Amino acid sequence: MRRYVARRVAALVATLFFVSALVFVVIRVLPGDPAALIMGTEGSREATERLRESMGLNRPLPVQYLEWLGGALRGDLGRSIQYDLPVGELILTRLPVTLPLALLAATFMVAVAVPLGLYAATHHRRAGDYLAMVVSQLGISIPQFWSGLLLILLFSVTLGWVRSGGFDGWSAGLWPALRSLLLPAVALGLFQAAVLVRATRSAVLDVLREDYVRTARAKGVSERLVVGKHTFRNALIPIVTVAGLQLGQLMAGAIVLESVFALPGLGRLALGAISARDLPVVQGVTLFVASGIVVINFVVDLAYGFLDPRIRYE
Amino acid sequence: MRPRSLRHVTFTLGAALTLALVATAALSLVYTPADPLAMSIPGRLQAPSGDHPFGTDQFGRDILSRIMTGAVTSIAVGLIAVGIGAGGGILLGLVGGWTGGWVDETLMRLVDAVQGFPAILAALLFTAVFAPGMVVSMVAIGIAFVPAFARLTRGRVLELREREFVVAARALGGRDGRLVVRHILPNALPPLIVQATTSFPVAILAEAALAYLGLGTQPPHPSWGLMLREAQNFLSFNPWFAVFPGGAIALTVLGLNLLGDGLRDLLDPRTA
Repeated sequence: MRRYVARRVAALVATLFFVSALVFVVIRVLPGDPAALIMGTEGSREATERLRESMGLNRPLPVQYLEWLGGALRGDLGRSIQYDLPVGELILTRLPVTLPLALLAATFMVAVAVPLGLYAATHHRRAGDYLAMVVSQLGISIPQFWSGLLLILLFSVTLGWVRSGGFDGWSAGLWPALRSLLLPAVALGLFQAAVLVRATRSAVLDVLREDYVRTARAKGVSERLVVGKHTFRNALIPIVTVAGLQLGQLMAGAIVLESVFALPGLGRLALGAISARDLPVVQGVTLFVASGIVVINFVVDLAYGFLDPRIRYE
Repeated sequence: MRPRSLRHVTFTLGAALTLALVATAALSLVYTPADPLAMSIPGRLQAPSGDHPFGTDQFGRDILSRIMTGAVTSIAVGLIAVGIGAGGGILLGLVGGWTGGWVDETLMRLVDAVQGFPAILAALLFTAVFAPGMVVSMVAIGIAFVPAFARLTRGRVLELREREFVVAARALGGRDGRLVVRHILPNALPPLIVQATTSFPVAILAEAALAYLGLGTQPPHPSWGLMLREAQNFLSFNPWFAVFPGGAIALTVLGLNLLGDGLRDLLDPRTA
């Protein structure tokens, strides 16, 4: 087991190195001169040169990369040009919106998808199964931001139950904050739930076909025990894997939903930074989110090894 | 007796919806009920009527005509993005799987890293340095597809390289390039075709999301995502404005998903 973990950690370090290199190449190398890009056509030559100097762009690229990487490892992601604040600090102020949104959506996803997938599998090729599959097929086909707009149309414009967007912060109280995140979390979780329903159904169906399930039934074990104890627990491994991998997708989806519901999260920070040509913020946010997704994938990979010992020996 | 594919409900329904999408896109190249770019301020934000079956937008443009033209954008971005993802992924998978050793290990870590960049994130990164537009959309979405194609190809190569016909071809003096192109790639293709089919609707969803965020197709060019972005400000005046473009995306993606599922069932009945 120790060797398996060590191998996975080495792979994680290599992957994170590539993530940082990709972000650096796109932001610092592809534009040619990032200082000119930031200053735009309105910047004077002197001002551009000063910016180039302050950003350390006159040094060789490998040196720039190592300095930037060293800073990132210490939590220093540079300074925002637009806000004149450390990028790390800006990310930390926006994280309390994006992270709870993704977590709420994940909770909704699991709460809806797992029971529905389990029901569909245990009612295989019956009306309930077909209905669950039709619902999940529709869920996969509806874009998250359109679900968001339809939810606003129904609950805000037509019924007037909730605001159409905005977020007053956690200091305004737990319930007002949660209420602001509820609709976007549902819109975000709906699509992922549709994916997870299919994965859950397929995993449970696979286990239901196993010999030990047939044996349990032949021994007269009640259907509830067969499904709850023998089937569901064994089907959990692929379900946990798919759900874990979807967490990364939820982080990315949150960026879109923040725009629909005007939530001041990481996505809106990055979009605002693009308009303001604030390259350090875009660089910091993309590095942070991409690294987060890679780490989530690593944890899922590791959990898979713990849950299914066969994986460790492959 | 109808062919097996036509008796498959999922496949038939998916194929019909997809055909409708392609026909709509093709028709829009020669005919639309109105000019999709022609503005008419007095006729703005109209509900569906005989003159404008899907209503009009905030500039009085005919929504039906814009949806028809938007289908071309969706298909073009989807096809090219899947092409980029498949091209890049297949190349990485073939090289990694065939070469093995540290080359394979390095390429797979690169693929893991690329997996950290879903289309939205890749588009954010590219739009920071390049002007937003369809090209950025295609590249960002394509890059996000690379890991799936690379892993699938590599898995097939690892499996096929030990098969007797490949070992025999190698024993007869076949060179690496020829073995990969003539023997490995054709045999690895069926799951890759299914992957391409299932990636296409994902690409259309991603294109719409990027256009919605302002990172993809730019105004005044019609794109379904962009239309939803514009519709958001007028939800209380003309809700139809948001309903039709969203419905077009959902129906298209539904058709392509059904087609992909049906194709997978037909090519590999074990998964049905």
